[in-house]
Amino acid sequence: MIKLIEFIGKVSRFAFKVVIDLFHPPFEGAQIARQISEVGAKSLPLILASGFALGTVMTFHTRSTMVMFGAGAMIPSVQAIAFFIEIGPLVAGLLLAGRVGSGIGAVLANMRATEQIDGISSLSIDAFKFLVVPRVVACVVALPLLTLFMDFSGLLGGFLSEYASSNISFHLYISRAFSEMAWTNFVPPTLKTAVFGFIIGSVSSYFGFTTNKGAQGVGEAATNSVVVSSLLIILADVVLIKCIFFLFPENAL
Amino acid sequence: MNPTGPLLDQTRAAVVFDHVSKSFGPKQVLRDVSFQIPEGQALCILGRSGTGKSVTLKLLISLIKPDQGSIWVDQHEITRMKEAELSKVRRKMGFLFQDAALFDSLTLYENLALPLQRLTEKTQDEIDSIVDKVLGQVGLGNDKKKMPSELSGGMRKRAGLARALVLEPKILLADEPSSGLDRITAAEIDELLIQQKTEHNTTVIVVTHDVHGARRVGDSFVVFDKGDLAAHGTAAEVEQSENETARKLISEN
Repeated sequence: MIKLIEFIGKVSRFAFKVVIDLFHPPFEGAQIARQISEVGAKSLPLILASGFALGTVMTFHTRSTMVMFGAGAMIPSVQAIAFFIEIGPLVAGLLLAGRVGSGIGAVLANMRATEQIDGISSLSIDAFKFLVVPRVVACVVALPLLTLFMDFSGLLGGFLSEYASSNISFHLYISRAFSEMAWTNFVPPTLKTAVFGFIIGSVSSYFGFTTNKGAQGVGEAATNSVVVSSLLIILADVVLIKCIFFLFPENAL
Repeated sequence: MNPTGPLLDQTRAAVVFDHVSKSFGPKQVLRDVSFQIPEGQALCILGRSGTGKSVTLKLLISLIKPDQGSIWVDQHEITRMKEAELSKVRRKMGFLFQDAALFDSLTLYENLALPLQRLTEKTQDEIDSIVDKVLGQVGLGNDKKKMPSELSGGMRKRAGLARALVLEPKILLADEPSSGLDRITAAEIDELLIQQKTEHNTTVIVVTHDVHGARRVGDSFVVFDKGDLAAHGTAAEVEQSENETARKLISEN
């Protein structure tokens, strides 16, 4: 229990330092752009494919029940609300924790093991600011955007699945999908993924940057980054949903 | 020279170790170590594995802090310095790491240009010119677009040396510069170190197991044995040392 509290304290201090350093020059614009490309653009195929498959499967599962209760016309709306409110943000967060979290943990741990981090410090460059801050910022910026791609690819998958069953037109599907949507169903859940991004970036960087176990530490950092990030994302989701319900009570229907 | 005797005037010394001790957990790796290096000279640090040689270099560049004692670099006491001040002192030092510690996501050119871009006001043309000059000195003028993974062991060492020299350091630290290299390549690295000392009056501190190379490069020698400074002086003085390990390590046979 003491070790857990100690760990929480260390990660919190690490994450706090990220926020402090972010607002102090020099600003690592080039590094941030490079990391956004690494985190965002390279995750896009995974996000699009997963969203599309999830959208298709979800329609497969819900269609027969909805039709049985005479609610076939609501399938697009259910699909859209489910994706935009919960499935898109959470699955995008978990996928990014797997792909990017493990990558950040392994890369930084490898840099530690091969003395590259010491090399950066020996050149009078702040290794934390140069390596950690851009990765965390990239996760915070990229995840909400990736979430949008997941939402819409899920909707596309749902449409194609529904089109195969009922020949519904794209225009009708989209108009039904957004008929029940308010902006509060869309903006707060998307923005909450910035917090997921902060968790992924900070936790993964913590495990990678602070390891001192050489090559063995690389594998450990990658595994721990994914496990702890995923767990914290799910826990944070519970808290953030309650916060969204508090701020936008109309969402809690 | 007497390792435990009174220290000389610090204004004549490039580096002074004054009663320095360092432990990692229960293991004491350096115990009350004192020595100094005059400007423009080369000191070779010898000792069996795990006797604190590399730790001495990391203490010198303040990647780790001593438990006791003080360290002076170019007349600045660095042990109690804050990171901003330390950064200024580090700029006077270049560090060749054991495995070169090149940043594996950057090309050779980018590895060398990075400290110039971040720490100097030089124009891009000036940076290009300096990088070309330094790479030419180490015989890698045609390899600047290569990634570190494309370089052989000897080329990586020379690239690491080039990066250590790019800011024209007053003090050059080299951690096992000849490890893993054949005799001819090791001799080439030694020549580069000697050239740096004689042509630029750079103080050179080398940690090595290669006694032939050490005798070629070193003006004086420090020998560590089980965390203690066993001998300090010229090759002839160390050969006459009372410590058997020191006599064995300096012996060419």
